[in-house]
Amino acid sequence: MDWKALAGALFPRGHAITEEDNFLSGSAQAGEQTIAVVGTTGHAPIGVEIALAQARFVLETVREHPGRPILMLVDTQGQRLRHRDEMLGINSYMAHLGKCVELARRQGHKVIALVYDQALSGGFITSGLMADACYALPDATIRVMGLPAMARITKVPEERLVELAASNPVFAPGPENYLRMGGVQEIWSGDLTAQLQQALDASNGGDLRGVLGQARGGRKLAQRVIDAIVSGSDVLAP
Amino acid sequence: MSSYLELTARERIARLFDGDSFVEFLPPSARIVSPHLGQLDAPVSFDDGVIVGRALLAGEPVFAAAQEGGFMGGAVGEVHGAKLVGLLKRAVIEKIGAVVLLLETGGVRLHEANAGLIAVSEVMRAVLDARAAGVAVITLAGGSNGVFGGMGIVARCTNAIVMSEEGRLAMSGPEVIETAGGVEEFDSRDRALVWRTTGGKHRYLLGDCQAVVADSVEAFRQAAIDTVAAFRGQTTALSLQDLEQEQAMLGERIERFGAMSEPLDIWAALGVARPEAIPMLDAADFMAAVASHQLGGR
Repeated sequence: MDWKALAGALFPRGHAITEEDNFLSGSAQAGEQTIAVVGTTGHAPIGVEIALAQARFVLETVREHPGRPILMLVDTQGQRLRHRDEMLGINSYMAHLGKCVELARRQGHKVIALVYDQALSGGFITSGLMADACYALPDATIRVMGLPAMARITKVPEERLVELAASNPVFAPGPENYLRMGGVQEIWSGDLTAQLQQALDASNGGDLRGVLGQARGGRKLAQRVIDAIVSGSDVLAP
Repeated sequence: MSSYLELTARERIARLFDGDSFVEFLPPSARIVSPHLGQLDAPVSFDDGVIVGRALLAGEPVFAAAQEGGFMGGAVGEVHGAKLVGLLKRAVIEKIGAVVLLLETGGVRLHEANAGLIAVSEVMRAVLDARAAGVAVITLAGGSNGVFGGMGIVARCTNAIVMSEEGRLAMSGPEVIETAGGVEEFDSRDRALVWRTTGGKHRYLLGDCQAVVADSVEAFRQAAIDTVAAFRGQTTALSLQDLEQEQAMLGERIERFGAMSEPLDIWAALGVARPEAIPMLDAADFMAAVASHQLGGR
């Protein structure tokens, strides 16, 4: 989905979001609230510049607009695959962005994310997956890699992966599967304005993705392993 | 001197911490394996490639985790990630002073792609939760598989990183970049270039790690003791001021080095006298030679 059409649907009362080299930033009116909006478009490859630009915007929001909710709009093909980015330490830029988002959360900013187009691997970890809750549009593409590439690397025939993907969300791309595993809180369709408002109003109970993944049957062991270690047990809860 | 690089995760744990002090949480006898690998007819491991527990480090109680590079490259799946999250959460509850992460990993385990990706982000948030609760989280990176992918991000969310020159820290592996962009973009068989780009010395000079030590378990042990001690009584949480400084440092990095394509040029620009000699220096000589040339720190 085009980001301008999306912004129109999310913010009928108006917005001041601008795009520069696939980097989105600005503010918008959500009901009575002004919110900060940051993100990417054009399936942006996340390199050191765009990660740092997002981090700068988050820090400015913390400094100049204490408590203002932050919406991250996600459309990325993943991290930029360049020798230069690795040489400059792209993992540090990604981590810095993640830490800035975490600081915002700790300073009382509600942070939500919306995957409105693509969310692939490294670009997703420090955007949507660092939010209090990540939402997705039904047509969004979310994945680590496609099944053909996965078949090559794991040496498992693609037909077998397709078959397994029907029952196990861990192998298959798509927002429905991320929903089942707890990585996506909810899939939005219909009245996006109302859903945004609900998300902004929702309480923030910490990282509940393990609990959600278990309740939705997409990740049956993660939360049980966490609970066993925390409780000092060597046996998983049934 | 015994090489840290060549040891298994269990050997590292046994030799890095005091005597027989390590007590494992959810040990192999609990028989918890990945629920996904079996479906792919891939081998499983009763520790799922990561060992977590408590130990004494020079008499001080700490929590520790060690990734086993010999099992699927130390990659993170559903159970593997949950063990790290559980360890960090328990560290907060028990108000432990420090968690020492012996990382060796290719990042997300592609056999458990989606679960692995979510797990890595959960580890990231758990590291930052621990830091916010006053637990220092320290990374040791000296394994032969390096620290790559999402775990390269996790490492930079910890309070400090200690590396050997041979330990590598990055995001996408050279082979991945070569496959995507061709051999002109990154020649993964040029080992010297790979080490100049992702190895401990380059990371130290750029301010991405706090110390470079020799490839020996004794050196890593001493560095772990020193780093844990340095954080005793110190603030471990994120602060706006620290992140503003990091923002400036990372910005300066792009401004000064963004047009360069060779790590040697960066080292020269940092004022290192004979950059071409850097790869030949042992860890102690390296630290002495470049201490005043490191960029920013964190």
